Amino acid sequence: MARASSPRRMILTTLAAWGVALLIFFPVLWMILTSFKTEASAVANPPELLSASWTLENYAEVWARSDYPRFFWNSVVISIGSTLLGLAVAIPAAWAMAFVPGKRTKDLLMWMLSTKMMPAVAVMIPIYLLFQRLGLFDTKTGLILALMLMNLPIITWMLYTYFKEIPGEILEAARMDGAGLRSEILYVLTPMALPGIASTLLLNVILAWNEAFWTITLTTTKAAPLSAFIASFSAPQGLFYAKLSAASTMAIAPILILGWFSQKQLVRGLTFGAVK
Amino acid sequence: MSTHSTRLAARLMVAPSVILLFVWMIVPLAMTLYYSFRFYRLLTPDRTRWTSFDNYTWFLNSPDFWLAIFNTLALVGGVLVITVVLGTLIALLIDQPVKGQGVLRILVIAPFFVMPPVAASIWENLFMHPQNGLFAAFARGFGAQPILFLENYPMLSVIGIVSWEWLPFATLILLTALQSLSSEQLEAAEMDGAGAVSRFRHIILPHLTRAITVVILIQTIFLLGIFGEIFTTTQGGPGSASTTLPYMIFKQAIAAKDIGRAAAGGIIAVILANIVAYFLMRGIGKNLDA
Repeated sequence: MARASSPRRMILTTLAAWGVALLIFFPVLWMILTSFKTEASAVANPPELLSASWTLENYAEVWARSDYPRFFWNSVVISIGSTLLGLAVAIPAAWAMAFVPGKRTKDLLMWMLSTKMMPAVAVMIPIYLLFQRLGLFDTKTGLILALMLMNLPIITWMLYTYFKEIPGEILEAARMDGAGLRSEILYVLTPMALPGIASTLLLNVILAWNEAFWTITLTTTKAAPLSAFIASFSAPQGLFYAKLSAASTMAIAPILILGWFSQKQLVRGLTFGAVK
Repeated sequence: MSTHSTRLAARLMVAPSVILLFVWMIVPLAMTLYYSFRFYRLLTPDRTRWTSFDNYTWFLNSPDFWLAIFNTLALVGGVLVITVVLGTLIALLIDQPVKGQGVLRILVIAPFFVMPPVAASIWENLFMHPQNGLFAAFARGFGAQPILFLENYPMLSVIGIVSWEWLPFATLILLTALQSLSSEQLEAAEMDGAGAVSRFRHIILPHLTRAITVVILIQTIFLLGIFGEIFTTTQGGPGSASTTLPYMIFKQAIAAKDIGRAAAGGIIAVILANIVAYFLMRGIGKNLDA
């Protein structure tokens, strides 16, 4: 609903908007800046900015002290694996709910979402025991499964809202031309739904990457992703601010960069049917 | 387009996700229910036995229980109010014709990409720390005593941190909804002499209803289970001041190693989540023609 306005007003709103945006971003910026300071400079009082002594030492030390590449690789495999598996299960379900809705479709969707309201802590012990018993504990397969199931309701709902926007007439036309269910999905629906699938994929990779309860509870070393990496840098007592910031930056950098580069697709997809 | 065979095919396509979710929900729930009636402590694992409602009685009579319920609801409610109100204001601001809107969006969305343990530790150490935090430095700069955020205002601090994490999500959904509002309608209202406030009340706000519903629904789902932020910052303290229901369960399971009591707490948490879900669906479900 952007509207034309006077140049004076534009300058004022621009200033206000930038002020607010920088305020929201500031904690991340400050963390990144701190990660390049020496430890003494990081806790200096008053805080140093221009006068700070800069260094790359923190990154070198964090890199040397822990097996970052392994944590990183685990994060990649777990977040992408759980998202792809989730899409494979959710796409048919969302398709069916959007194009062959029954009386109970809405209730079904709401039930799916409600399964997510169960606090993870409440079922932590059973899941922990089950994972131990089934040999899924501290394995990437186990985490892929857990995170897939955790995000499945969100994936299904998001896809459903996209699929519903695809006009049904197109499918009917395809059917008249003799397209079967399979080719209907493969050649008609999927290309039209691709933008929606892409943003669902992005959102879920982000959610899975940032998940920090199951990933920490269900792993020890082998399958531990970056959330566990950062948890292992325990409470610093003042002296390790810079190193903590460096480790934090390393944990969020991959997803921050991915998110920034793909934010157009992500934002376009972040509607959950909120826009008619 | 609902011949018998397409209906059957549709059912088969929905089945895997429904079955998977059902199993993922019912198996742990049944196990939790079972443990909740057992005396089961990890320190004396061989002395496990049926204990009727003792675990529930303990949980409900614990002095922390009502505080934990209150804190849980305060966290959900507080974060919802803050993110929806601020999110609407920021979305209205960014939606104006401003320079560099693309970069603005990148800055505003950033907290969404920060994983909870990192977000919590940034705020705890770099900002709220009474010695080395930036807030303390500011306070000293003005000659004031640093505020002991996590010690004196633990719940408010946690609400603040979680709000920062969820603000981008609310803002972006509201912004997308705002951008689909036609400017003609607003201009027409303006010509008819409608002031900014009444334009907001009668045109913009009704248009945002669906978006606000979505924000409330999705955020509530995530907020009811908030755990990591409290674990990293206050550990539920001081005392029990910032103990929420999930954190109380965690303390029973991990610190007290009492599986029975933790399970009873888990069942209570599930009941609470269902009550919240019920009111949520009744209150706003109709806005959603999902």
